[in-house]
Amino acid sequence: MNISPSTGLTGLAALALALTAACAPTDSAGSDGASSSSAVATATSLADCKPADLPLLKSGTFTIATDDPAFEPWFVDNDPTTGKGFESAVAYAVADKLGFAKDDVTWVKAGFNQAVQAGTKSFDVDINQFSITKDRAKAVDFSSPYYSAAQAIITLKDSKFAGATSLAELKDAKLGAQVATTSLEAIKQIAPTSDPLVYDDTTKAAQALQNGQVDAVVADLPSAYYLTAAELDGATIVGQFQPTTGESEQFGLLLAKDSKLTPCVSLAVDALADDGTLKALQEEWLNQATDVPELK
Amino acid sequence: MTEAAASGVSQRQLERASYRRRRARTRAAVAVLSTVVVLGALALAVTQSPGWPRVRATYFDLGDAKAVLPDVARAFWLNIRLFLVAEVFILVVAITVAIIRVVPSPALAPIKLLAVVYTDVFRGTPTILVVFLVGFGVPALALAGLPTSLFWLGVIALTLSYGAYVAEVLRAGILSIHPTQWASGRALGLSYGQTMRHIVLPQAIRRVAPPLLNDFVSLQKDTALLSIIGLVEALRVAQVDSGRTFAFTGYVVAACFFIVATIPLARFTDYLTVRSLRRENGI
Repeated sequence: MNISPSTGLTGLAALALALTAACAPTDSAGSDGASSSSAVATATSLADCKPADLPLLKSGTFTIATDDPAFEPWFVDNDPTTGKGFESAVAYAVADKLGFAKDDVTWVKAGFNQAVQAGTKSFDVDINQFSITKDRAKAVDFSSPYYSAAQAIITLKDSKFAGATSLAELKDAKLGAQVATTSLEAIKQIAPTSDPLVYDDTTKAAQALQNGQVDAVVADLPSAYYLTAAELDGATIVGQFQPTTGESEQFGLLLAKDSKLTPCVSLAVDALADDGTLKALQEEWLNQATDVPELK
Repeated sequence: MTEAAASGVSQRQLERASYRRRRARTRAAVAVLSTVVVLGALALAVTQSPGWPRVRATYFDLGDAKAVLPDVARAFWLNIRLFLVAEVFILVVAITVAIIRVVPSPALAPIKLLAVVYTDVFRGTPTILVVFLVGFGVPALALAGLPTSLFWLGVIALTLSYGAYVAEVLRAGILSIHPTQWASGRALGLSYGQTMRHIVLPQAIRRVAPPLLNDFVSLQKDTALLSIIGLVEALRVAQVDSGRTFAFTGYVVAACFFIVATIPLARFTDYLTVRSLRRENGI
């Protein structure tokens, strides 16, 4: 290249200007509704949370995200729009409490990383079995919890671990779990002799179980039901246990950090808990839990 | 006596030298200034953006980095073992396949066909898919004698995938050797095999050393793909950490490990490229 110094410098200055202009900070989307959303952000009753006042991604539409594929019993047939499956039903119930009709709800797909990334979100709320923890709450907002999950241990019926009655008996098992789940954390309670194997999703963990690459898989109880019923042949749930490693094992709806929507969504969840809707939905979609033995 | 005459250089030569010095200084100043302006503008744009505090807290938190570093380092040792072991097998497979494909013997036709199918299939299949199929598919066959260790399944998958790429690189190297080299070898009374081994292959390998090292760098990074079959390597450790905390600093730490492992190889590749250029151009 043969640019004379002066043209080079002018060019550079222009480039620098163009750069700063192109990367000029864009203000967050909610700024236009500042007056109404500040009222929403301090909402103390659902009466303050009308669709018109909410700082939504697309006004008039409640955009809800979940993972793809979305598994039973949380969703049915990988289609969150049906209202079938526990989380789909909860999502529509929350939308209803906030005053959205079923048609005002839009579903989008968001993988785990996408959901928890810093920055602007592609959704108003995300419902995808997110366990609420203090560490995570530094990066995102959580609504009030809508479900408390127990952990379950799945193994093959002919495995020597199938008859285990305590967590101590599973110490020597090669364990697998899905990445980024409290199941993986809960494995520490078993204190296994070898490090657990970590899979992208429970389907791959189940595959590894079937192949004999792991002796047992740890998953939350409803997922365990789905895996043993639909994905695995000859598998059984050894038992369930309440995790004590995390500060809680409760699922909440996920929102962007400091979202002005959070108080309203929490109020909606609280209202669903108070009027018994959550309990009824749990009975309807997750009611199989009673006959699984407790592991100590 | 003038200065020029004393040093044995003409006045014109001195002027030329001083002009060159001045020009070099101007050029250096412009380079420094432009770097400061452009990088400064970039840094300013990033750090002044409204999301920067959150990005810094999520991706560049020193405390998080220190916490996750020992785990990532321990796991990265697995990545290193994986690519070192895999590379040995890859070179063996690749040289075999490349030679089979260039040998003109008609009796080898069925094996040549297999070699062509192998390179076409595995070069065309995404490595992550090969890893998935080998890692979960091979044990599902439940055949006695097949490895069940995830480490070896991973090595097999990487070998299959990279063997095909590297075979093509080596084949290109062999074909790039001038026919007169073959002719000279045969004229000296060497057999086809001896000509290949002593004359063609050494030149071919030297010629394709930079792209070979390039593939090796690529292999280092692709060991991270083995996380999908359950191996807890550096990337997976970072993912586990971020799943627990929703912080992404662990990923940046893992990235640093991969980069640091790659840089010496990249510089070595550069050196080899320059050296072979010099040799071939006789400078």
